[in-house]
Amino acid sequence: MVVLWTDALIYLLVATGTVMIWSLSRQRALRRPLRQLARNPIAMVSLTVLVCFALLGLADSIHFRDDGNNVISLLDVACHAMRDSTEKTYSAPFATHLYARETIILADGSTRWDFPRLQHGGAHLTDPESQWAGDVFYKSLGAFLRGAGLMAMIGFLAWADGHEQRRRFLRSPSAKAVFACLCIIVSVTYTLFALSAHYHVLGTDKVGEDVFYQALKSIRTGLVIGLLTTLVMLPLAIVFGIMAGFFKGWVDDIIQFIYTTLNSIPSVLLIAASILMVQVYMANHPDDFDNVLVRADIRLLFLCLILGVTSWTGLCRLLRAETLKLREMEYVQAAQALGVTPATTLFRHILPNVMHIVLISVVLDFSSLVLAEAVLSYINIGVDPTTYSWGNMINSARLEMAREPVVWWSLTAAFVFMFALVLAANLFADAVRDAFDPRRADNTANIAR
Amino acid sequence: MITYIIRRLLYAVPLLVAVNVLTFVLFFVVNSPDDMARMQLGQKHVTEQAIQNWKHQHGYDLPLLWNDPQAGAQKLTETIFYQKSAKLFLFDFGISDSGRNIGSDIRQRMWPSLALALPSLLVGLLVNITLALLVVFFRETYVELGAGVICVTLMSISPLFYIIGGQFFIGKLLNLVPISGFGDGFDAWRFLLLPVAISVVAGIGSGVRWYRTLFLEEVEKDYVRTARAKGLSETQALFKHVLQNAMIPILTGVVVVLPLLFMGSLIMESFFSIPGLGSYTIDAINRQDFAIVRSMVFLGSVLYIVGLLLTDISYTLVDPRVRLN
Amino acid sequence: MTPPVMSSILSAFAARLVACALLLFSLVACDKAPLNNPYPPVDAGLSVLYSAFAERPKHLDPAVAYSSDEYAFIGQIYEPPLQYHYLKRPYQLQPLTATQLPTVRYLDAQKQPLPDDADASAIVFSEYLIKIKPDIHYQPHPAFSRNERGDFLYHALDKATLNDIDTLADLPTQQTRTLRAEDYVYQIKRLAHPKVHSPIAELMAGYIDGFAEFAQQTANVPVKALKDTPMLGAYALDEHRYRILIKGRYPQFLYWLAMPFFAPMPWEADAFYDQPGLKAKNITLDWFPVGTGPYWLEENNPNRRMVLSRNKHYHPDFYPTQGDAGDFEAGLLADAGKRLPFVDRVVYTLEKESIPYWIKFLQGYYDASGITSDSFDQAVTFSTGGDPQLTPLLRDKQIQLQASVSTSIFYLGFNMLDPVVGGDSERARKLRQALSIAVDYEEFISIFANGRGVAAQGVLPPGIFGHQDGEAGLNPVAYDWRDGRAMRKPIADAKRLMTEAGYANGIDPATGRALLLYFDTTAVGTDDRALMNWYRKQFEKLGIELVVRGTDYNRFQEKMRTGAAQIFVWGWNADYPDPENFFFLLYGPNSKVKHGGENAGNYANPEFDRLFEQMRNMDNSPERQHIIDQMQTLLRTDAPWLFGYYPKDFALLHSWYLNMKPARIINNRLKYSRIEDELREQKRRAWNQPIFWPLLLLILAMAAALYPAFKTYKRRQRRLS
Repeated sequence: MVVLWTDALIYLLVATGTVMIWSLSRQRALRRPLRQLARNPIAMVSLTVLVCFALLGLADSIHFRDDGNNVISLLDVACHAMRDSTEKTYSAPFATHLYARETIILADGSTRWDFPRLQHGGAHLTDPESQWAGDVFYKSLGAFLRGAGLMAMIGFLAWADGHEQRRRFLRSPSAKAVFACLCIIVSVTYTLFALSAHYHVLGTDKVGEDVFYQALKSIRTGLVIGLLTTLVMLPLAIVFGIMAGFFKGWVDDIIQFIYTTLNSIPSVLLIAASILMVQVYMANHPDDFDNVLVRADIRLLFLCLILGVTSWTGLCRLLRAETLKLREMEYVQAAQALGVTPATTLFRHILPNVMHIVLISVVLDFSSLVLAEAVLSYINIGVDPTTYSWGNMINSARLEMAREPVVWWSLTAAFVFMFALVLAANLFADAVRDAFDPRRADNTANIAR
Repeated sequence: MITYIIRRLLYAVPLLVAVNVLTFVLFFVVNSPDDMARMQLGQKHVTEQAIQNWKHQHGYDLPLLWNDPQAGAQKLTETIFYQKSAKLFLFDFGISDSGRNIGSDIRQRMWPSLALALPSLLVGLLVNITLALLVVFFRETYVELGAGVICVTLMSISPLFYIIGGQFFIGKLLNLVPISGFGDGFDAWRFLLLPVAISVVAGIGSGVRWYRTLFLEEVEKDYVRTARAKGLSETQALFKHVLQNAMIPILTGVVVVLPLLFMGSLIMESFFSIPGLGSYTIDAINRQDFAIVRSMVFLGSVLYIVGLLLTDISYTLVDPRVRLN
Repeated sequence: MTPPVMSSILSAFAARLVACALLLFSLVACDKAPLNNPYPPVDAGLSVLYSAFAERPKHLDPAVAYSSDEYAFIGQIYEPPLQYHYLKRPYQLQPLTATQLPTVRYLDAQKQPLPDDADASAIVFSEYLIKIKPDIHYQPHPAFSRNERGDFLYHALDKATLNDIDTLADLPTQQTRTLRAEDYVYQIKRLAHPKVHSPIAELMAGYIDGFAEFAQQTANVPVKALKDTPMLGAYALDEHRYRILIKGRYPQFLYWLAMPFFAPMPWEADAFYDQPGLKAKNITLDWFPVGTGPYWLEENNPNRRMVLSRNKHYHPDFYPTQGDAGDFEAGLLADAGKRLPFVDRVVYTLEKESIPYWIKFLQGYYDASGITSDSFDQAVTFSTGGDPQLTPLLRDKQIQLQASVSTSIFYLGFNMLDPVVGGDSERARKLRQALSIAVDYEEFISIFANGRGVAAQGVLPPGIFGHQDGEAGLNPVAYDWRDGRAMRKPIADAKRLMTEAGYANGIDPATGRALLLYFDTTAVGTDDRALMNWYRKQFEKLGIELVVRGTDYNRFQEKMRTGAAQIFVWGWNADYPDPENFFFLLYGPNSKVKHGGENAGNYANPEFDRLFEQMRNMDNSPERQHIIDQMQTLLRTDAPWLFGYYPKDFALLHSWYLNMKPARIINNRLKYSRIEDELREQKRRAWNQPIFWPLLLLILAMAAALYPAFKTYKRRQRRLS
């Protein structure tokens, strides 16, 4: 097994995430908002989608060496059909021929200017014109039915479950919505994977790589940017924010000075400079980065780092304000009067009471970070060009849009995947905010009254 | 008030010094002056002597931060850092690494940036506030639900898609506006139409949601309820009380970004080749023209600080209860 | 019930919608001038050519400029004594400002003339005498302006005047003066002056007598003093004649005389631009050239636009009356004998990206365009015979296609100082030869250049003396000659070579893993990913793992200079049509690492160097061809380069763009171009009719969506009040 830097951090993130969820769910104060969250079908469906993305991303984060000594991930193993079946250049989704004409040398030595057959896509068809439509239809129907059948079986088992409490749980609107959502995801994914053995379901790109594979691989990049950045940002924001608010005085002054300074530098420039720096470092130490994957990984990691450095200030300011409020609370004052050390006060009384702000800002930031990645890639200061990412896909798709006929599938694939992830994240973030923000909780209570 | 402003301005000085040091260190770790010289002198036939000459001409033949052989204060002043940074505080940006006067370039390019950014901001504001008021008006109906869904949808689309799509449909297929470029004087409006429209549309999702929250907070306040109970119609309540009271956060939110409008929009300007400061910055990054990038960083920081100051002042103007001291 | 404000707003909105719709319909109805014209209206009767520049040219000073984008401008502004014949191929030199081709005399060590048939070894100097035409005038320029007393008006600008000016046009009096031989001499002195940083200074120091000494002498003097410091090897005899003294024999020197480096420079320009206040206003010789050419740079705003305007003082110059076979049929001689130039203004707009450029070209807003690989399918198809032809879309627009193999080469170089791929060992040579077979440039050309290239069999592209077609020019290391054409050898041959080199199946015996090679590149953009993947795939065929080390241009240069690079791709555009200009890229003493020269791969083979020295100064002859063949064979065996390909230039021209003949080497082609403005106007109008109905549809859809909301609103208003 090969553990890349970002892999290690992802494992760390999964571990801390699990611990945090466990500890959060044990806190009495958070029971109510968590329940509210669970009762919201939209939130649960979004969460389901997010978890599915996360699972794919996680599968793509477990790397090992294959027989040919290449570093590949679990996802690569699952996608080996798409990975190995590269064509020469563009081909449309489900196509059997290339998208561009070229000179074909016929058996008798003469040449013809025409669309050549694909090497893999639809290669099993002897006469594409007549067989294609039926083949695609039956193959997708069969695969879809198999996927749907699996889910139906699970659904039937759940329905037949006699346990009263579980029954009630399974009949709740959230559970039904999640089940419906899972049905769709599982059958569609199953269909796409099954068809990928015979066709390029989302076409191929300029060098003939499967676009569906690229879009799948991009999931990890998006998640890493969205999540690891918070891993960098949180310690900075929490430590500085709480300290500034709690100690006030010169500590506050210094911390405010730091974040005003950082804030006032246009973040794009800061990111550009840092990315250049990483490149130079790698150029000067070629022996440490002898592998394309490692180099791309380090760049990704540094992008997360620098995004974290530029984006912690907002949360820091929120936490500072909240801490300023909290430290005037009676119980904090009382604790101080009783001689409890500042450290204990911070951990016992302040930190737990600002956690909801942290949670809200993490989910809110996630989607904007995923979107930012695409924009940064456009100005060439994003992820490494060899990394699969939606930003890189969109970027090359710009050229494809100028072609005639238009090559639309790369852009569409990136759009659909990115949109699904960001939409789910946004919806979930809304639900989290509604559930955890005390002011909003009051509001809804008011309205209910 | 005056003393407050002066104090804030003095506070800005150490901030700017810190910004300067930070960027300087960042950039000179990346590239040595030798690299810059080779970059600027072109690719065919560059000799060592030419590099030395270039460095001398542009003042890069000094030590970076500390000049040991010199005496006294010159240890500090006869360095690249001092020579290149001190003048920034007088807004003398000097000569770019490729030999052009940065100050005059900035003066020339800030107007196109402003011509793009200001309409985008104002039209965006108008559209967002109008739509948000509508949504608030129709609260607890299917309109609000639909608007919410649409907003989240719009928010979840990368701005790049709006730009690519807009350029493709409006510019390429429908022939309604020039694909890209910029015109002289008022002729520029034809070029600005599409980018402004796109930035407005791209901003609707988050904008409407944000203003909706602002308005909803006001709507639920007791005085609005009282006003409504006294017989004020819904529309009157919205316009008379809600909008007026929400004006404060709206205004301060606008004021803080006003100065930064000069900096332009990186993506929009380079997509539509509008010769503003945003595309200037991107070009400088790609060409690694450190003099320009450093100037732009400095300018950005100054404008940000001006924005903060303006916000404070505008607070006192719109809300008499706030006193600056 | 109070009058609802909102409803009045909504109804006002509706009213405006209707008004808008009516307006739009009225726009649809009639044939309107295009809405998407990116240019302001031009004066009637003025012929304007529209072009673009991707990046502002770094230098417009003819002593410094050395890239094709810079030559696109200064080639039209500055006039060296010679030029290439516009129509004849192979390229032929002809006088431009000179009255005839320079006369050459050979001298011995004492600078005494030798007879023409003197032995080559006796020749120590060659002396060129150049006569220029009388009555050639510079463009009007403030540097020449004098008052009645004959003093220069603007050579000592005071602070007040300086404050008032932003561009040169702000100085009211602009005068001209005649071209003198000393201006040519002055420019040669500028080439030598260290403060000018001419890229060819080092090179010329080896050829022009007294050049290096002059450089030393003037190292610390201001530019103004150059005029009065004599140079041994370049001096004016009188108003219209000057001499250049070359060390030894250097027949290629005539080609240099056709390059802008040897264009005239009036000393007044240097004196004028040397004033301290001007530089701060971006007014320098690099931005505002002073030339005698057909055009002058009227507007130079590198942030947006550059405009060349006809030089009203341009000397009589006529369209050639003779051309190659086929030129007459192609309409290239329709304007024979007419006075040049034809176009009054050339507007270059800044266009950084290829997509908008291409779209504007199709809309008729640019007059000519290259073809990027992404727009290729849209533009060109191949006939059954393999000839390129335009697609119906472009044929309907009556666009013309010009295809020509350019005098350039793109190659993949090995750093010969590298312990793995470099050096003279059999192991490294076999490895390089194996790669020559494995890297399939035919596929490269078809994927990334859409077939616009010819896989290279050697260093010399077609059109350069010494290039051989067919079997004679075959690279026997990587190709077999079968069925009348070159076929790349099978990959098995490459694998065998790998085994012989000790890397069986690509396994490096030292590590027991796949052999790691490093590819250094500046191609780090997203668009380059496909390209890098392709290279990786090629090396994978032999089991080699290729690591792409992408860096910025600075780092790349640094690596090349220090010899830290291993494998790289590079291109070379010919400066002039002579094999010497290509082979010197592999000449040992030109090594980049050792001598800072242009031999980027640091190839050094004594035998090759000896042949090069022999070939260099020869006139084109069968003997020269023979030596060149020997050199090519050496290179093919040693394989310091994978020869890559010779790109084919495809240019698209609109039907109204006339007199264009492809030639990368000719810098002053603009003056021959002619535009039919009427036709262009007509076509632009036809192609750019605005389409409004989708917008209307959108507005209607929105209105339809608003209608139920409006009803709800009515209901609400009623309920609430």
